[in-house]
Amino acid sequence: MPGPARVLVAKPGLDGHDRGAKLVARALRDAGFEVIYTGIRQRPEAIASVALQEGVQIVGLSILSGAHLALTRKTADALRAVGADDVLLVVGGTVPQRDVARLKAAGAAAVYPTGTPLEVLLDSMRALSETDHLHS
Amino acid sequence: MDDGVHSEAGIPLAVSYGPADLPPTESLPPPGEFPFTRGNFRDGYRGRVWTIRQYSGFGTPEESNKRYRYLLAQGGTGLSVALDLPTQCGYDSDHPDVEEEVGRVGVALDTLADAEILFDAIPLDAISTSFTINGTAAILLAFYVAVGEKQGVERAKLRGTIQNDILKEYVSRGTWIWPPRPSLRLIADTIEFCAEEVPRFNAISVAGAHFRDAGANAAQEMAFTLMDGITYCDEVMARGRMTIDEFAPQVSFFFYTHGDFFEEIAKYRAGRRRWARIVRERYGAKDDRSCMFRVGCVAGGASLYAPQAQNNVVRVAYEALASVLGGVQSMFTAAWDEPFALPSEDSATLALRTQQVLAYETGVARVADPLGGSYYVEALTNEMEARVVEIMDDLERRGGMVQAVEEGYLQRLISEEAFRVQQAITSGERAIVGVNRFETDDDPPEVEGYEMDEQGRIRQLERLAEVKRSRSSSEVRATLTALGAAAARDDDNLMPRLVDCAKAYCTVGEMVDVLKGKWGEFQQPAVF
Repeated sequence: MPGPARVLVAKPGLDGHDRGAKLVARALRDAGFEVIYTGIRQRPEAIASVALQEGVQIVGLSILSGAHLALTRKTADALRAVGADDVLLVVGGTVPQRDVARLKAAGAAAVYPTGTPLEVLLDSMRALSETDHLHS
Repeated sequence: MDDGVHSEAGIPLAVSYGPADLPPTESLPPPGEFPFTRGNFRDGYRGRVWTIRQYSGFGTPEESNKRYRYLLAQGGTGLSVALDLPTQCGYDSDHPDVEEEVGRVGVALDTLADAEILFDAIPLDAISTSFTINGTAAILLAFYVAVGEKQGVERAKLRGTIQNDILKEYVSRGTWIWPPRPSLRLIADTIEFCAEEVPRFNAISVAGAHFRDAGANAAQEMAFTLMDGITYCDEVMARGRMTIDEFAPQVSFFFYTHGDFFEEIAKYRAGRRRWARIVRERYGAKDDRSCMFRVGCVAGGASLYAPQAQNNVVRVAYEALASVLGGVQSMFTAAWDEPFALPSEDSATLALRTQQVLAYETGVARVADPLGGSYYVEALTNEMEARVVEIMDDLERRGGMVQAVEEGYLQRLISEEAFRVQQAITSGERAIVGVNRFETDDDPPEVEGYEMDEQGRIRQLERLAEVKRSRSSSEVRATLTALGAAAARDDDNLMPRLVDCAKAYCTVGEMVDVLKGKWGEFQQPAVF
């Protein structure tokens, strides 16, 4: 049996609203994930480098400022740049429905817009961490 | 008897209340009298309804100026300026790390040139302007004073507020720049400057709102905010240059009104009474106006939900009513589509109309403190005040707010409460219509939202480049050097230096960087 899935919960950009990020971090920990939280105002390059050092399977971005498309693309690029292509990227926050498909095209494996029930998020994260080996 | 029925903040509630629950008559004087439990003014809202102040601002100064003129033409009575995150965190629009944030959650202001456009054809002597700005509040105040000068409006006529409350930024909103101690010094500088030069401008709006939105309950929100207020007043008093009566009338407060109707009313009444006593007893205020707890609020925020989103219109209306029955001085009602995007013009207008219906149709503004003397409301006010005092005592014992923030204690209290509430919603113990009761399978609405156009950002960058080309570089150097020199001394007020920098068209980023060079940057504890 592999150990518990490791997840990096990260806040890219300048948005400081971290209630959701902290709630999700805590719920993931309670659900058996190993969770690292970056704190707010992180540069995409810094997130990618922590993801690599910590050997996480999933990076979860929380963005409430509306800058989710650009920040997701930048984080995906940064992960590729450090050779962490196999790390899954998921995005939560104030995301209008029309942007879900765009985020997936930008490299998000899953998107959790505001209002997503915690249980739905947890089930989705479990499924992602279990199918992770298919990507590598 | 405690049969398990509680308010949202955990206050046990009886089935009904009676005469024995009222405070003695002498401790409940009429509205307009110390300790102001029943309101700051004898006439309540009869002479003048609360200020309807819709938070707004996006994109370029030109676009925001247009929206402000529209809101004023629709009967808005004050402006509330939303700044973009680079401006709030002290970066110019051309900084390479912030490109996707320019003009996004608010308007981008880089130099005085932008501020001149933002307030073009808006008479600054006739309206009041509130800026949700903290880290760079002193710089925005300098811009406002300088724009006033350009319009020929003297400083003494300028009215408005800068939020300028850095302590809560470290805990819950995140637009910090420098460490707490030098930030407190800059805040005290702005308070002194306003007291002396801009007497109708609120130098600070101590904000509990963001504690609340981050998860704190109503009692915590009030307690943390009053503790912050004490920290700022202590800082000014410690300088020994001013009495409390010289600056306290320019200290104001800011909260979220959430869904527990009576508890919110009690929160405002309890807060007014507690602050009045603190100002008189702790600082020896002689003027009752110093003891007034002047409050702005937001109805909305984390009390709004995405499923069945139009229900948010109803939530906001009830919250607005609670705010008014609680006696607030100004209010922002959030738009129903806030959980998805920046509000569209339609949803923002509906939010404004919500307040106008309340103010002009319902009759609630006719009589001051209509709930005064209600057995329940008075009992809840007393209980709320007792809880607030308890939380404040705990923080005092732990060494005060700066220490609680630096150690992450406050952050932990808020996260705990946010988690508790989330569990109560998940389990259904706290009912939310459309979320855990009466749910439906509707798709999320197609919201219009606001799309920042790339052209706007390019125009902003071009203007910044143009300002940098045309300004006098020797003046820029001289004013920035003077700012740095003043920052290195403890007893020099930085505000006049910042006004000089603003008038020389220094950028926000240039001023911030000079101070970073002297003071360093805040290092956050990342606890969850």
